[in-house]
Amino acid sequence: MARIIVVTSGKGGVGKTTTSAAIAMGLAKKGHKTAVIDFDVGLRNLDLIMGCERRVVYDFVNVINGEASLNQALIRDKNCNLLYILPASQTRDKDALSQEGVGKILDELKKDFKYIVCDSPAGIEKGAHLAMYFADDAFIVTNPEVSSVRDSDRMLGILSSKSRRAEQNEEPIKEFLLLSRYSPDRVKLGEMLSVDDVQEILSLHLLGVIPESKSVLTASNSGIPVILDEKSDAGQAYADIVARYLGEDRPHRFIDEKKGLFGKLFGSK
Amino acid sequence: MSIDTQQNAYHSPVLEFKSSTFSVPVLVLASNDVIIIEQQLQEKIHLAPEFFKNSPLVFDLQDLNKNDLDIDITEFTQTIRALGLLPIGIRGGTAQQNQQALELGIPVHSGHSVSASSATQKQSTPPEPEPQVVAAISTLITHPVRSGQRIYALGDLVILAQVSAGAEILAEGNIHVYGSLRGRALAGVQGNTKARIFCSDLQAELISIAGNYKISEDLNGAVPNQPVQIYLQDHTLVIKDI
Ligand SMILES: Nc1ncnc2c1ncn2[C@@H]1O[C@H](COP(=O)(O)OP(=O)(O)OP(=O)(O)O)[C@@H](O)[C@H]1O
Ligand SMILES: [Mg+2]
Repeated sequence: MARIIVVTSGKGGVGKTTTSAAIAMGLAKKGHKTAVIDFDVGLRNLDLIMGCERRVVYDFVNVINGEASLNQALIRDKNCNLLYILPASQTRDKDALSQEGVGKILDELKKDFKYIVCDSPAGIEKGAHLAMYFADDAFIVTNPEVSSVRDSDRMLGILSSKSRRAEQNEEPIKEFLLLSRYSPDRVKLGEMLSVDDVQEILSLHLLGVIPESKSVLTASNSGIPVILDEKSDAGQAYADIVARYLGEDRPHRFIDEKKGLFGKLFGSK
Repeated sequence: MSIDTQQNAYHSPVLEFKSSTFSVPVLVLASNDVIIIEQQLQEKIHLAPEFFKNSPLVFDLQDLNKNDLDIDITEFTQTIRALGLLPIGIRGGTAQQNQQALELGIPVHSGHSVSASSATQKQSTPPEPEPQVVAAISTLITHPVRSGQRIYALGDLVILAQVSAGAEILAEGNIHVYGSLRGRALAGVQGNTKARIFCSDLQAELISIAGNYKISEDLNGAVPNQPVQIYLQDHTLVIKDI
């Protein structure tokens, strides 16, 4: 069965698009046919991070409006032939998406793909609502700061009450925490919340911690998802996340200072 | 009702009668003005739409009939159904009301209404018979109540998970929270000064009983991870360890 994953946060700029690109690539690299959809209509960002911006002919809105078929709009990734990108429109406004239209496209994708990753726009308005509405799994991207955690909590409330699964009384969306832009040094200085702090507030299953890393910017400037930079810490963090999501048991990393003691997660605060 | 046991003697039974107890909201009417009832009911439903969606309902007409206030059951049932509720019983009705109910396929329950359902507002000098719609029930929530979410319970509210900062829980009766209480908790919101709040970890933004409240600043003394109860004594909130 295909699974729809929404990458969401509430707050903007926390790393949703970076994460969507990385995990979609990770899943495809593991041999699963994967599509990644940009729900950020009007901004268009995902195609830049995936390095396919010059190959965009049709977009999500064209398909919804019946101006292009799904096959015409899907762009095959240049690094992995099991990965396809459905870009957002830069020229339309947010109202171009409808729940019915999105549902139809997702149903069609489900026939052909194993994973469908939905890159949500920021906020809790229509775009974010549509991105999460049909989801089976939710990756909640959170930065270790109070406002981001609060927005994530808000988004979790929306997932559990306003999604299709909630409305139809089905098994709830599975929720996973991805703590991004984490910097153990700054946690130590008291400038950031720790993993424990965030988990205490959200009480959510931690899928992984992504460290603050220069490699992310380098990767996005060159249009290659950071997960393909296997030497980078952020790339490895995303590889761990994909493996854990697929059921592998991997210890958490990037939580302590570079050579620090392991086990902060398990020890006391 | 007669059951022919002979006929089924060679078959294994395909049915069985069991006695079960269900918790069903009882709508106790204190006015026969269907328009006002509809208005107030709509407000209640608005507070907890999910709870009321297709909810079964029993009408209690005892108070009405005590005060010789007649109500047209057919019209009233129509109104209730239009609000998305499913009437499944009537009690305390007159012979004529019971007959009307039966014609609409609504069973008649004997027995008297339990006073707990109207334990809420008992003013010493009721100025006028205020029309009131009161129902008693307890609500169980097993998932976290997140920021931005709001839960309203007509009776007691029991929460087995955390209540996040920015969330709000309200109950006409008591509130129990078996997780961290970081949001706002308001018990006895219809004026029940006997209502209490029980919680295992008090870090609330606000607690209130029957409109008497404390905000988090005033709660500085409260120790986290310490089970407490909160009740009203001489119009002041008292927080006590359990
Ligand atoms: N782990 C990281 N380390 C360093 N920088 C990061 C990391 N993750 C994301 N960034 C940077 O943060 C910025 C925002 O990232 P991204 O676009 O992925 O966020 P977003 O949540 O999709 O934003 P929006 O809400 O605008 O859609 C980008 O400049 C990105 O390079
Ligand atoms: Mg984005």
